[in-house]
Amino acid sequence: MAPTRFRRRRGAVLLTVHELEAPVLLGLLAQLADLVAPEVAADADPLAAMVGIGTATAPSDNPVLARLFPDAYADDPESSGEFRRYTENSLRERKHAAALAVIATLEEPGVERPLSPEEVEAWLGALTDLRLAIGTALSVDEDWEAQLAGLPPDHPARQSFEIYNWLSWLQETLLRCLP
Amino acid sequence: MGRVTAATVTAPVELEQPVAETDIRPDRPWITLVWNDPINLMSYVSYIFRTYFGYDQAEADRLMLAVHNEGRAVVSNGTREEMERDVTAMHGYGLWATLQQDD
Repeated sequence: MAPTRFRRRRGAVLLTVHELEAPVLLGLLAQLADLVAPEVAADADPLAAMVGIGTATAPSDNPVLARLFPDAYADDPESSGEFRRYTENSLRERKHAAALAVIATLEEPGVERPLSPEEVEAWLGALTDLRLAIGTALSVDEDWEAQLAGLPPDHPARQSFEIYNWLSWLQETLLRCLP
Repeated sequence: MGRVTAATVTAPVELEQPVAETDIRPDRPWITLVWNDPINLMSYVSYIFRTYFGYDQAEADRLMLAVHNEGRAVVSNGTREEMERDVTAMHGYGLWATLQQDD
């Protein structure tokens, strides 16, 4: 069976998910969906929460979340905090929805299916967020292959590097299908 | 969209500026900067510059390479509200972006 792949045919992007790779993608995407799900603090103002105004005003201590939801002003924590209150939760909602939309395209492994433009956008976004999450957790730099080569053969991070590399390849092949 | 300022910013000069004397132009534009990161694919960054800002392939590639080589590039300018919109969009796409008033 062919690996998970994208190809372009008559203007449409077609996806085939490999049967053994579907559960791997599903697991990664479910973790991503959990990670980015909007936060509702116990003491949040329900009306503010309803219109997407959050309570977080500082970047997360978790480096992965800090990378996914960075400050908008480089040298202005106050403006960054205000901006974050008004944008982070809706950004979380969009990333969460994208992860779920991609999960919905994994339902029939082995069967090639067309992706709608919205599904293509969800795939691009979710692959980006997964690569950012894994890459940040691994502290990858631009020469990640050298980092990987420096690890002992039984090092547990090796598998994460392999997944990172695979997701990079998937995103690159999806981008090649786009005009 | 489709606006771009002339150049990438090269020297990270940060000066304490006397606000009263330098802020005499209320129309001083705001800019969106995209910063280099070791994770996002170059092809992806260029794709986002094309599809979100409407730049042609050559301009999108030029900006992407400026981000990659110089560490950051100005990708749009306008009002503060417009730049907040652009930064939100860039964060949505996973690009590392900030806004600031132009020097």
